[in-house]
Amino acid sequence: MMYRLRLEGRWRIGLSLALGVLLQLLPLPAALAALRPPFAILMVLFWALMAPRLAGIGSGFAVGLALDVYRGSVLGQHALAASILAYVIGRQHLLLRTKPLFEQALLVGAALLGYEALIWLIEGWLGQIRGDWTRWLGALVGAIVWPLLARLPTGRLPERT
Amino acid sequence: MRLAAYGLICVLLMFADQRGNWLEGVRGTLQAIAYPIKIALYSPIQAWYSLGELLAERAALQRENSALKETVAKLQIEAMRRADLELQNTRLRNLNETTADVAERTLPARIVAEEFSRLRRRVTVDQGSNVGVYVGQTVVADGGIVGQTMRVGRRSSEIILLTDPEHAIPVEIQRTGVRTVAIGTGRTNLLNLPSLPLQSDIVEGDLLVSSGLGGIFPTGYPVAIVTRVVKSNSSLLAQVEARSVARINATRHVALIWFKENHTAAPWTETKSP
Repeated sequence: MMYRLRLEGRWRIGLSLALGVLLQLLPLPAALAALRPPFAILMVLFWALMAPRLAGIGSGFAVGLALDVYRGSVLGQHALAASILAYVIGRQHLLLRTKPLFEQALLVGAALLGYEALIWLIEGWLGQIRGDWTRWLGALVGAIVWPLLARLPTGRLPERT
Repeated sequence: MRLAAYGLICVLLMFADQRGNWLEGVRGTLQAIAYPIKIALYSPIQAWYSLGELLAERAALQRENSALKETVAKLQIEAMRRADLELQNTRLRNLNETTADVAERTLPARIVAEEFSRLRRRVTVDQGSNVGVYVGQTVVADGGIVGQTMRVGRRSSEIILLTDPEHAIPVEIQRTGVRTVAIGTGRTNLLNLPSLPLQSDIVEGDLLVSSGLGGIFPTGYPVAIVTRVVKSNSSLLAQVEARSVARINATRHVALIWFKENHTAAPWTETKSP
């Protein structure tokens, strides 16, 4: 029974992460793209918060690597940032879950800013910064949509505490 | 602990990707996997374009048709003159071959994805290493050079455009023969010539052609036309802007070129004997 729940949970997580990646990469006109929340990273955050034992650093790594491959950025930079993000959120999941949605949204915004800053640092270090100031908008928009996202059903999970 | 392991993997990946070619095969495979997804993601845009073409009005098409006929007539006349000029030119330069012959083989390719921002100007095309595309290959379109291949996957390749800020192409001012370097600006079709001294002889309308130095691009292909020359006393260098001959944002097709190795106009390499 436990095993089946785990498996089902993994499927749901995998599919929603893939969907997040697709949504984040869907080509949009530049003006709209700047206002698009970083869906893939939000999904990593969501699952790291809701099911830290099923979706942890590994899922962050996988999503980040997919972004790297698709965008042609240096392999591993998004993967590193997303892994760290998933780790931090996973460590603090009990604390974060009990916060009111507004406060959660603020913290998510901060986490996304941290993620973007990490990418920015890595890019600077590698000497190939891309994107202009609009890249920082993603964190803001992500924080705004978080209260909606946080209400998504997770389905039955084996580790509901 | 697990974070440390994953972090180590990431750092190693970045290092290997940045500092060596060990990952080229891996990246090629991953790119091959990502390619169908890219196509699928861009299909709504492609569909939108083709729908727009379908719905183009009959009148507009007729207008375009008559305009095209006019152009063809004009071009035919010019072509007659050109044949004569070329003959003269060939005799004058005592060359057995013209520059046009430098291309051994060309391969048309279609743009399937674009990435345009102030800091990156790249496109992806639907030809890759399975048909012999190599890294650093010259890409032309619409009467001029547009860029070179940067990453080659199995069935797709990423092209860095001349306008990418990380790209530089050695050029020659056709009128005077002065050599310089044209660097991308990140803006559509605009190039920058940052290393010309104030007193250099350059005016608006000068044609820049590739100089063939650097071993990537061939000699004598049109690159850009100078659009703005500012010579102010506050700087030692002239500020020169040029518009690329090929307008990459207006075309969906490019061509990849293979060169005859020993041709005089082929890209110069150190291994090649003169």
